[in-house]
Amino acid sequence: MREITYRLALNEALAEELERDPNVFLMGEEVAQYNGAYKVSQGLLDRFGPQRIIDTPISENGFAGMGVGAAMVGLRPIIEFMTFSFSLVAFDQVVNNAPNMLTMSGGQFNIPITFRGPNGPAHQLGATHSHATECLYANFPGLKICTPATPRDAKGLLKTAVRDDNPVLVLESELLYSSKGPVEPIEQELLIPLGQAELKREGRDVTIICYAQTVPLALAAAEALEEEEISAEVLDLRSIKPLDLPAILTSVAKTHRVVVVEQDRPYCGIGAEICFRIQNDIFDELDAPIARVSQEDVPMPYNERLEQAVLPSAEKLIAAVKKICYA
Amino acid sequence: MPEIHMPKLSDTMTEGTVVAWKKKKGEEVAAGDVIAEIETDKATMEWESPEEGVLTEIFVEEGGKVNVGDKLAFIGEKGGAGPAEEVKEEKSKDAGPPPKETAPKPETETEMPAPAAEQEEETAPPQGEPQTPKSAAAQKKPDVPQPKSDAPPRASGEARTKASPLARRLAAEQGVDISSLKGTGPEGRITESDVRSAAKSKGSAPAQERAPEKISAGEGARIHLSGMRKVIAERLVASKGPVPHFYLHIEINAGPLMTARAELKSAGEGSDTAKITVNDFVLKAAVQAAVKVPQANASFDEDAIVQYSDVNLAVAVALEEGLVTPVIPAAQTKTLREISEAVKDLAHRARNKRMKPEEFQGGTFTVSNLGSYGIDHFSAIINPPQGFILSIGAITKKPVVDDCDSIAVGERMSIGMSCDHRVIDGALGAEYLKELRHLLENPSLLLI
Repeated sequence: MREITYRLALNEALAEELERDPNVFLMGEEVAQYNGAYKVSQGLLDRFGPQRIIDTPISENGFAGMGVGAAMVGLRPIIEFMTFSFSLVAFDQVVNNAPNMLTMSGGQFNIPITFRGPNGPAHQLGATHSHATECLYANFPGLKICTPATPRDAKGLLKTAVRDDNPVLVLESELLYSSKGPVEPIEQELLIPLGQAELKREGRDVTIICYAQTVPLALAAAEALEEEEISAEVLDLRSIKPLDLPAILTSVAKTHRVVVVEQDRPYCGIGAEICFRIQNDIFDELDAPIARVSQEDVPMPYNERLEQAVLPSAEKLIAAVKKICYA
Repeated sequence: MPEIHMPKLSDTMTEGTVVAWKKKKGEEVAAGDVIAEIETDKATMEWESPEEGVLTEIFVEEGGKVNVGDKLAFIGEKGGAGPAEEVKEEKSKDAGPPPKETAPKPETETEMPAPAAEQEEETAPPQGEPQTPKSAAAQKKPDVPQPKSDAPPRASGEARTKASPLARRLAAEQGVDISSLKGTGPEGRITESDVRSAAKSKGSAPAQERAPEKISAGEGARIHLSGMRKVIAERLVASKGPVPHFYLHIEINAGPLMTARAELKSAGEGSDTAKITVNDFVLKAAVQAAVKVPQANASFDEDAIVQYSDVNLAVAVALEEGLVTPVIPAAQTKTLREISEAVKDLAHRARNKRMKPEEFQGGTFTVSNLGSYGIDHFSAIINPPQGFILSIGAITKKPVVDDCDSIAVGERMSIGMSCDHRVIDGALGAEYLKELRHLLENPSLLLI
């Protein structure tokens, strides 16, 4: 299989969906003339023209709202946030209008919109530009959320999101844009359903549940743990909502120990929800308390060393695994 | 804050007894100072403080027995800046009799009904949680006849059994009484592996599992198993069960040995050569034979046979409550005299429980001598993972057929060799015994 970057995989997904359905269009800051702040929309303006690849002013609340309106009249907008930290400016559109319109209109308007862009801390972006928003959005009924960690998942999930008849958030990762991985040939249609986790590595002793940027972290930790004879299973959620609970429960029932490693903050984070589900459904399979590794509960420092101290790391993950493996 | 816990001082230790505290409460300690003597399943050991500071709290009194990982004491900062506990301690002293030292300290103060003296501190709840009138009322309540600080809400011994959910489920499925288990997890938590190993040993020794302390009809007494007796039981079951034993037996001419020993005794009168015993000769010969036949100095390790470069000689020493097998490491480098001294020292310290755990570890084979108990011949059980054990009997006078085919009075010693057949086959065992016989029948070889 060919290897391409996460960035190119997203670009292919956009191009294929724009090609397939004339109702699909891409809108956001710098997506057209500049080819995207992270070059995800490279070449799309030349190929599809300014009617479908639309540069907006710096006005997230405005263009997110335009997207919701366009979706109400039958188009399928893809709204790019330069970072999901900026989506907070458009919070009302994303959490109030997009997900509630279907039920509040008595089923008259569904909103087939995709919000996408990088999410979560990257490198020294400071407190206001480093937000991991998955736990915020996961709290709102009516929103679906996926968090691809590999080029293949990025392409397959984005295409599925565009075709979904309801609002979907595709939370990408800035730090993964340049990472490479195997993806099916371009002529082969690649759709990955929402709500399906994937075992990225099999193991016996502990399940590491991860998503997005914490997937490479978990894989590195699992490799290091192998040397200490702890066999870690790495389960990539891929979708935060809907959550692939059966995959989680199957893995935990096998290993009896769990660490959730998440890129968001600990308080009411994704891991908190997963912990609840596990102990609620298969309490008797647990041989140790569930551990979580996340950001520290502080505003993200700009200072590089402090930022490292706040972020989840392989060291923190390995320590958490050892603790619950009683090793 | 440095709370210090019962250390795991040997591989097999699950609980320990505080024999004596070497520091008093309130005394300053430096890291490395001996603060207590701890009795493990094998020995009594001096235990050094892992922390520097002031011994502000002792949770386990002398003679108290607790699980590995349970808290023993609390070492606060020097000058008493850190531990709020210390202040509290002082206060309750003023208020009345000091709390029993075994009483557990509350982890967080909010959970416990607090003595009246501390109410001011308690009224501001931590983390700025809104204080509802209800919770204020709850805190005022202690106006009613007050539990004094010497009445702890729960004694540490009565704590519920800590077990993981999986461990509880497995225990229920396999009929293991979870309250009878010792947990190896954090703070003594019983985990999956504890239940599985209990279920396994239950299979081989079902009677041991349910041991009610009550004496049933026909029983004279029930003697509670000491730590050592438990370990002996576990180790021997772990040996005789899975290790396929077979037994070789020879009888050697002990005449030359008796002569050599008598010569040393009379010629060395007054010096320590006179103290060299027949058993010292046997030990030296056993080591030398293992050097000659190194394949026997080996053990079985799942997918390999491990041969050892050193001969680490384990010697069975009988104690009042059982036996131990201290080890003379690299015994092949030691002379007869050095082996004699080493074994006397080990036996003496083992009887006085003054051994370090590492002195019990790493033996490559064991010599057990019941000659002084009048036993002619026996077959000992291997001490795993060792490959064999020698069983030395008494030297007895017997009629023997001598070189001239006439019956004469001979001095004979019986030697048994119990072998792990996975490591040592009959021919190899025979080769070792042949070498051993040669050395013991020509004891001058042991002097060079």
